[in-house]
Amino acid sequence: MATTAIHEHGASHTAHAGGHHHEETFFSKYVFSMDHKMIAKQFLITGMAWAIIGGLFSVLFRVQLAWPDETFPLLETLFSNWFDGGKLTTESYYALVTMHGTIMVFFVLTAGLSGTFANLLIPYQIGSRDMASPLMNALSFWLFILSSLIMLASVFLPTGMASGGWTIYPPLSALPQASAGSGMGMTLWLISMALFIASQLLGGVNYISTVLNLRTKGMTLFRMPLTVWALFFTAVIGLLSFPVLLSAAVLLIFDRHLHTSFFLSDIYVGGQALDYSGGSALLFQHLFWFLGHPEVYIVILPAMGMVSEILAVNSRKPIFGYKAMIFSILGIAVLGFLVWAHHMFMSGMNPFLGSVFILFTLLIAVPSAVKVFNWLTTIWRGNIRITPATIFALGFVSLFISGGVTGIWLGNATIDIQVHDTYFVVAHFHIIMGIAAFFGMFAGVYHWFPKMYGRFMNETLAYLHFFITFIGSYLIFWPMHYLGLSGVPRRYYSFNEFKAFAEYGDMNILITVSAVVVFFAQFIFLINFFWSMKKGRVVTVQNPWKANTLEWTTPLERIHGNWPGELPVVHRWAYDYSKFEDGPDFIPQTVPMTEQEIQMEKNAKH
Amino acid sequence: MQLLLITLAIVLVFVVIVQVAKAVELISVIKEEDEYRQDISKSMSFWFALTGLFLFAFIAGTAYTEYDKFLPTPASEHGVWIENLIIVTLVFTGVVFLITNFLLFFFVWKYRYRKNGRAFYFPDNNKLELAWTVIPAIVLTVLVAMGIDKWFKIFSEAPSDAIVLEATAKQFSWYLRYPGADNELGPRDFTLVNSENELGVNWNHESSKDDFLSDELVIPVNKPVLVKIGALDVIHNFYLPEFRLMMDAVPGLPTKFWFRPTITTAKMREIKNDPEFDYELACNQLCGSGHWNMKRTVRVVTEEEYKVWLSEQKSYYEQNIKAKEEAPAVAATAQDTAAAQVAAADSAIAKAE
Repeated sequence: MATTAIHEHGASHTAHAGGHHHEETFFSKYVFSMDHKMIAKQFLITGMAWAIIGGLFSVLFRVQLAWPDETFPLLETLFSNWFDGGKLTTESYYALVTMHGTIMVFFVLTAGLSGTFANLLIPYQIGSRDMASPLMNALSFWLFILSSLIMLASVFLPTGMASGGWTIYPPLSALPQASAGSGMGMTLWLISMALFIASQLLGGVNYISTVLNLRTKGMTLFRMPLTVWALFFTAVIGLLSFPVLLSAAVLLIFDRHLHTSFFLSDIYVGGQALDYSGGSALLFQHLFWFLGHPEVYIVILPAMGMVSEILAVNSRKPIFGYKAMIFSILGIAVLGFLVWAHHMFMSGMNPFLGSVFILFTLLIAVPSAVKVFNWLTTIWRGNIRITPATIFALGFVSLFISGGVTGIWLGNATIDIQVHDTYFVVAHFHIIMGIAAFFGMFAGVYHWFPKMYGRFMNETLAYLHFFITFIGSYLIFWPMHYLGLSGVPRRYYSFNEFKAFAEYGDMNILITVSAVVVFFAQFIFLINFFWSMKKGRVVTVQNPWKANTLEWTTPLERIHGNWPGELPVVHRWAYDYSKFEDGPDFIPQTVPMTEQEIQMEKNAKH
Repeated sequence: MQLLLITLAIVLVFVVIVQVAKAVELISVIKEEDEYRQDISKSMSFWFALTGLFLFAFIAGTAYTEYDKFLPTPASEHGVWIENLIIVTLVFTGVVFLITNFLLFFFVWKYRYRKNGRAFYFPDNNKLELAWTVIPAIVLTVLVAMGIDKWFKIFSEAPSDAIVLEATAKQFSWYLRYPGADNELGPRDFTLVNSENELGVNWNHESSKDDFLSDELVIPVNKPVLVKIGALDVIHNFYLPEFRLMMDAVPGLPTKFWFRPTITTAKMREIKNDPEFDYELACNQLCGSGHWNMKRTVRVVTEEEYKVWLSEQKSYYEQNIKAKEEAPAVAATAQDTAAAQVAAADSAIAKAE
């Protein structure tokens, strides 16, 4: 494996050499671009569009939960397919819940998060002209668009979108007789996801090759910023786990359309005994969760990488424990493959298997804890500049702590007997994935917006966005812990049938009202984003955040090939902030080490 | 009209917010950059710290007011084990949660940006890393050990004197089948399944003849109960919340769970001070549009009451199958008799002519 960087002249075959302009049509510049910076923006905008749709779906079903006896003629006018007599139909409720999960996990937090930032930051931060294969990169985006169009089409089906939960367990998802959404809605879901997985694989292969082969001179692996390390491991995890979801989807397609029995056996439904035999519904769950668990690390690792970067730059201090941070990411990545069946503790699988997964699941808390302690030590005795990016990064740390500790409850299978499939789980994954990962995404957008568009986003709107979303999110998801502990199941259309669950009316209303407020607060971000793109305060210096990483050495006017002339040469790691008492409080990676510094390195005891 | 007004109001709010934000930005660029950054860092870290305080109050406040609702009294033997494990976990994770969150909000305020300030260059410290790797690992190992110990006890084989009953889920209801006096459930066979016999019970087998179905789940207190769990169509989940019991019901894959209920319905009504209280069976795995509506009442009674209840139940076979098997024979005889009478009458008439 090459640990020394490849010289610039090898890379110039992959993209336009810096500084030379050519005729660009609207289509080649904005639509079918092969430039990593444009593709990043394409992923971002598509992700944002999906986030609005996914968020809207959650508002609709939350309204049903808070006011189960009310009717909403206004909503029925707007969404006539899904309402009947002023109320959401049960089938539509489940369809909305399913699609909310699918959209948020895959389209927003996977494509929208790693698609955007891997594309934007990897070539920039390792000092390369573009990705290893810009064509494959563009293909990855266009497969994502195709996948999105198919999933979007399913929203308008008369028989309804897929409705078996984002986890689509068979037999429910295999049998249209069991649920209307398991008809065409499920077929389109499977086709869309197959294309989505192809998109992810193409992207991942590109990111890995670029990091391994296209680092500029002096950029050894252990001088790369943590963001790149995180995105690199994310791509490796994706490459190893997405194909397994594809296999589950293919086998499900076979069961649905070719009458095979991979997941089906002894089924009597709708007055008919079906002739499937020998299959195991548990097989699907193993295959699904083998991706499903690493998937949540695919979602969170890029956010963690960016938060590390943003906290270091804005505390004017190195990220504490750079190597420990890398090894903890590696630990999370490896252990992440060994814990999938903690989603299956109550599935009927052999209890002995369950005990093995308790061990690995609780072990994974160790590297996660190390990261939290390292972030806290990074800001300790720092000189913390609050920017919109900083405050979202700090919010991320709080949410990661809050959401992470309940993972220790759930991973202990004995406790899971009580809280499995209850609102406790919903609280856990929303806080640590839904909100924390979103905060990482927001931090990244606010921080790198000047690089993407040459303008700043408005800070007042940003802080307003932060405080409403941060407080509102805690108000939405914290009470769900109480609901879950007292036994309230998830995926219930109404709690009123059960005396035990019906007493949470007030809490449900608080949750829904907060959810509506938080949903509308996101429009503050959207308005800020699109308005600032064209009318934001212009960035006048090349390095507005006074950061060390290579993207801030590129010119203000973005060009194909990133740097005019030669690629930068790297002489040090990315975290020399406030290294000396006097002088500037940052030393970019391109500045050569002084004699004094080389001596210090030799004498240093760590 | 209403929609239009609401939309206009929302748009107006946004317009106002954006205008204020633009004005603030215009003012801020007049200041020197470091000065501006110092001022905004001070005010935002102040609000951030205040947010931390508010969230702490919210969390503590709701924990206090909801305390009697979460962790309802466990109604089974193993439920108490789970509750103890929860409390230990709550203490460990709660302490970490409070301390780390506190440090976060505190550091942001204390180390906020000063334009003449300097951060402390502290890139790493292996001792610290070791400490906060090893200590969490030890705590988690303790939790793992406690958890696995109880896990194996809960999933041990049911005692041989356990009362066996069977719960089969379907969209959107339950078959609750008891074994009757012989304490043996009749065998089932998928090839026998049809709309009259959804469970596919083999009625020719002796042990099936005293089985009965029940609308309610009735079980005696302090006795081990083994529930055999299954499903006809899609995955469901047999869920008894107060008993801390749940297990997926999977078509083609029989599952089971045994437990010892410790509090009768009558006693729980006293504890909760609610004479209308009933234990309930729910479904806890998304199974279609009726998933939220699969309720059955569960009654925990004394052993005597249970024996009385058992004696009152009529077997399914007696009530439904046996009658049908005997009816055709009776009908056939009646038909023969009628035919003979007609034949006799005919011949009588023929003779008369």
